[in-house]
Amino acid sequence: MKIKVVVTLKNGVLDPQGKAIQQTLNGMGYSNVQGVRQGKFFDLEIAENDEAKAKAAAEEMCKKLLANLVIEDFKIL
Amino acid sequence: MKSSVIIFPGSNCDRDMDVALKKFGFKNTMVWHNDDKLPKSDLIVLPGGFSYGDYLRCGSIAGKSKIINSVIDFAKTGGLVLGICNGFQILTETGLLPGVLLQNKNIEFICKNVFVKINDKNNKYFNKINKEILELHIAHNEGNYFCSDDELREIENNNQIAAYYCDEKGNCDDRSNPNGALKNIAGILNKEKNVLGMMPHPERMIDKYLSGEDGSIFFKNLLNNLKI
Repeated sequence: MKIKVVVTLKNGVLDPQGKAIQQTLNGMGYSNVQGVRQGKFFDLEIAENDEAKAKAAAEEMCKKLLANLVIEDFKIL
Repeated sequence: MKSSVIIFPGSNCDRDMDVALKKFGFKNTMVWHNDDKLPKSDLIVLPGGFSYGDYLRCGSIAGKSKIINSVIDFAKTGGLVLGICNGFQILTETGLLPGVLLQNKNIEFICKNVFVKINDKNNKYFNKINKEILELHIAHNEGNYFCSDDELREIENNNQIAAYYCDEKGNCDDRSNPNGALKNIAGILNKEKNVLGMMPHPERMIDKYLSGEDGSIFFKNLLNNLKI
């Protein structure tokens, strides 16, 4: 079963890459872009048929490895 | 005194550290990350470099390697664990040290000499050190120390900030902050003061002809403190 996970920086954590991307977009003429936060996307292939169990396993993986909870939040899609 | 340097795939300051430790009298052993037991040691060093190519987050993969469980056990029983640069990043990922190292504020890899001011001497690393401001070398892309407000209060109250970036006179301000680190923090200790992580590389400052010798002061002092 495929489980998709998105990891994003928490509000208030400096994201210099996001800032640089925003400035580039602004420079390209997309002057309405007021903020960019860069994150990570994971496609997990888990050998499990029960969706609830697979999501619970993914949550544990996020807490232990995929996200650093000091600076990042995660969302299981 | 016996030391061990852990080698991860992508470590690149492991041999420099080995040379430095031996130069000042440590009997050093190199330990592969996939071993599960540490040799008997008075000091464990996690060296600088780019373990696992900095995949996922700097230090995150190395922080789950086989040897790390032994390093954590060693630290929890009071053993000295020193993490330099990528080693510092690994220590925050294992939870032995609070906070995290973010990408440098200017999004550039920084490679230069900096000055750091020792903040707390009440530990084996800096006790009795005879110089307050050391000139050391940094080379990193993720050295921007960050932690939550609550954690910052806690590490300040416990005197866990080991060193601040400063100028040669000891002024800590934005101009002397190379990477945007919170409060100019260059190094952090754990609550019990036996685990130290710092971005600057003392092992690169041990030769009066090539660099400078402020790293020598650090290693000699550490060795003396361990002998007491």
